[in-house]
Amino acid sequence: MTAIVATNETILVVGGGISGMTAALEAAETGKQVVLLEKTAALGGRTSQLYRYFPKMCHPVCGLEINLRRLKSNPRIKVLTLAEVTGIAGSSGDYTATVRITPRYVNENCTACGECAKAVSTLVDDQFNYKLGKTKAAYLPNAMAYPQRYVLDPSIIGTAEAEKAKAACKYGAIDLGQKEEIVQIKAGAVVWATGWQPYDAAKIQPYGYGRFKNVITSVEFERLADPHGPTGGKLLRPSDGKEAKNVAFIQCAGSRDENHLRHCSRFCCMASLKQTHYVRERFPEDGKSTIYYIDIRAIDRFEDFYQKVKADSSVTFTKSKVARISLNEANGNPICHGVNTEGYHRYANEHDLVVLAVGMEPSVKGMNIPASVVADSSGFIEADPANGGIFGAGCATNALDVNRSVQSATAAALRAVQVVNKVARAEA
Amino acid sequence: MSANAQMVAKYKNNFLKEVQEQVEMGEWVKMCMQCGVCSGSCPTNFHPGWEHPPQEIFMMIRAGKREEVLTSPSMWMCTSCYNCIVRCPRKLPITHIMHGLANYAHRLGMAPKMQPTRHFAKLFWNNCVKTGRVNELKLSMGLYFKDGFGQGIKNGMAMKDVALGLLKAKRLNPFEMLGGHKCKDQNGIHAMLKKARELEEKRKAIKAAA
Ligand SMILES: Cc1cc2nc3c(=O)[nH]c(=O)nc-3n(C[C@H](O)[C@H](O)[C@H](O)COP(=O)(O)OP(=O)(O)OC[C@H]3O[C@@H](n4cnc5c(N)ncnc54)[C@H](O)[C@@H]3O)c2cc1C
Ligand code: SF4
Ligand code: SF4
Repeated sequence: MTAIVATNETILVVGGGISGMTAALEAAETGKQVVLLEKTAALGGRTSQLYRYFPKMCHPVCGLEINLRRLKSNPRIKVLTLAEVTGIAGSSGDYTATVRITPRYVNENCTACGECAKAVSTLVDDQFNYKLGKTKAAYLPNAMAYPQRYVLDPSIIGTAEAEKAKAACKYGAIDLGQKEEIVQIKAGAVVWATGWQPYDAAKIQPYGYGRFKNVITSVEFERLADPHGPTGGKLLRPSDGKEAKNVAFIQCAGSRDENHLRHCSRFCCMASLKQTHYVRERFPEDGKSTIYYIDIRAIDRFEDFYQKVKADSSVTFTKSKVARISLNEANGNPICHGVNTEGYHRYANEHDLVVLAVGMEPSVKGMNIPASVVADSSGFIEADPANGGIFGAGCATNALDVNRSVQSATAAALRAVQVVNKVARAEA
Repeated sequence: MSANAQMVAKYKNNFLKEVQEQVEMGEWVKMCMQCGVCSGSCPTNFHPGWEHPPQEIFMMIRAGKREEVLTSPSMWMCTSCYNCIVRCPRKLPITHIMHGLANYAHRLGMAPKMQPTRHFAKLFWNNCVKTGRVNELKLSMGLYFKDGFGQGIKNGMAMKDVALGLLKAKRLNPFEMLGGHKCKDQNGIHAMLKKARELEEKRKAIKAAA
């Protein structure tokens, strides 16, 4: 049974991405007790799935590493993974959250030696790589996962595979008897930081995502570029493993569109500008990027970044939202069709690979949050006094980049701290 | 003063305002963000005659290119496939705006004279209001002879096999040339259309005077 000590002076943080980690750390470092819940088996969220991040083009590892070090050295934070909130009752200063914890089948004894993974042969979809590849059914969620502990996929429980994994573990870390648990956690304030998910590209029918193998999303492209990704960091396209040297980026794929997401997702222009670097880095001689756009939204200080990419002769900017994509059956190349706003010329351009700069939507939409919170028409949490002691942070509140997510998380932590301070004063 | 001169005087150089107020669905034009999806989705591929794709027409309206827009054959080329409406990220009723513009240009007497779609639309209307039924034989004859007698004969000869096929299948009755089938209550139909026209004229006059 998971033992959690929590009172109404505790701050509950839901979601362990960069925003949730930041909110938890900021609150705990002011001396508050924090419980941090994460739905998947490891912290880090979508930031850990990027190859590099703008504007400095550093690897996400470094930013996460600092936060993980702060986290490990702080006894006031209790981290629960594979944990999901199913309900929140009460009011500001006195909440009770119901949390479902799914079994990992691996306990604290795990040293991440990896013997269990060697022992099993079943393969399952690799979620960390957006299912672009497979992973063993006993796996470490990702190279820098926190906690550094393996997970058994529920599909092998009750099979000989699970027994093989158990037999291989020298530390007695595999516990096949673990069961799902429902626990109640008290809290004075809640920070809701469940982040975002990419818009379902298959819904943008004329682009053929799901029908044409060489039409992928921007999040998948990050995984292709990453040395820990399914291709070992080579830009190989899915249909035939050919090097993708001529890459098209389609902006506003699903964003700014009354038929899909109404809002501008804000970071996808920057994401594509960044991703042209990946193409040039891999193929300095003959790499080519084409960005199809309505208008480029490199907000405030990112203008510099945009100007540098604009000056790069390997990058072409075409002012046009692609109307549809067709397939060259002979070579598997996607063909982008549209009309260029500059001159109104029709084009049909063939590329090796098309990357859809998909929009960002909240991973838990406002109406699905198991508490009463005010959200906008896209499902992002609004700052509203009616929310009481529940505060949104990061991409749960808006389409934000990492920098802005961290700012928003710090602000949410501060508000939560004020609530529990009030509770403490009342009880003193 | 002609209807056209009246509108020029009324709106001076503000063509966008004129479109918003006078053209059916014209109030949507300002919502266009120039993404190009409509033009790229158009199955006509902008064959000759499609000078300006819808996106460009909308920009020309904003730029005040009144003469070029109203005399353009482009809006008349729209086939009403509705691809653009379905895909427009701003939900502009593009097809309807195209027809609204064409109709407005026609009313002001600025639409291109022998543009085939316009010519056909007129033939069709005159043909069907007469008896309350479309006389297909007369309609196609009218279309064949649009560019003079010689060309009409040529067009007729080119379509000869189709005509014979239709005749065999009893889908074409040569006696239709002598009047053809009619509605029972022709007077009723005429009265109804007259009333509709009155209502429309009244509505447009109010719009124009406002
Ligand atoms: C292609 C692409 C490239 C990008 N590149 C950059 C870049 O270069 N630089 C930059 O600054 N930004 C970049 N971003 C944006 C960046 O990914 C986000 O700003 C960042 O991930 C926001 O962090 P977050 O913690 O708010 O959300 P997330 O990273 O989504 O984290 C949310 C966490 O909450 C968990 N969760 C979800 N639901 C629940 C639940 N019900 N219960 C418990 N936990 C839950 C999730 O598992 C996840 O761990 C990019 C985005 C994309 C799509
Ligand atoms: S940031 Fe750029 S690509 Fe993303 S929705 Fe906004 S304009 Fe479109
Ligand atoms: S699709 Fe809509 S928004 Fe885009 S150019 Fe056409 S009318 Fe304008």
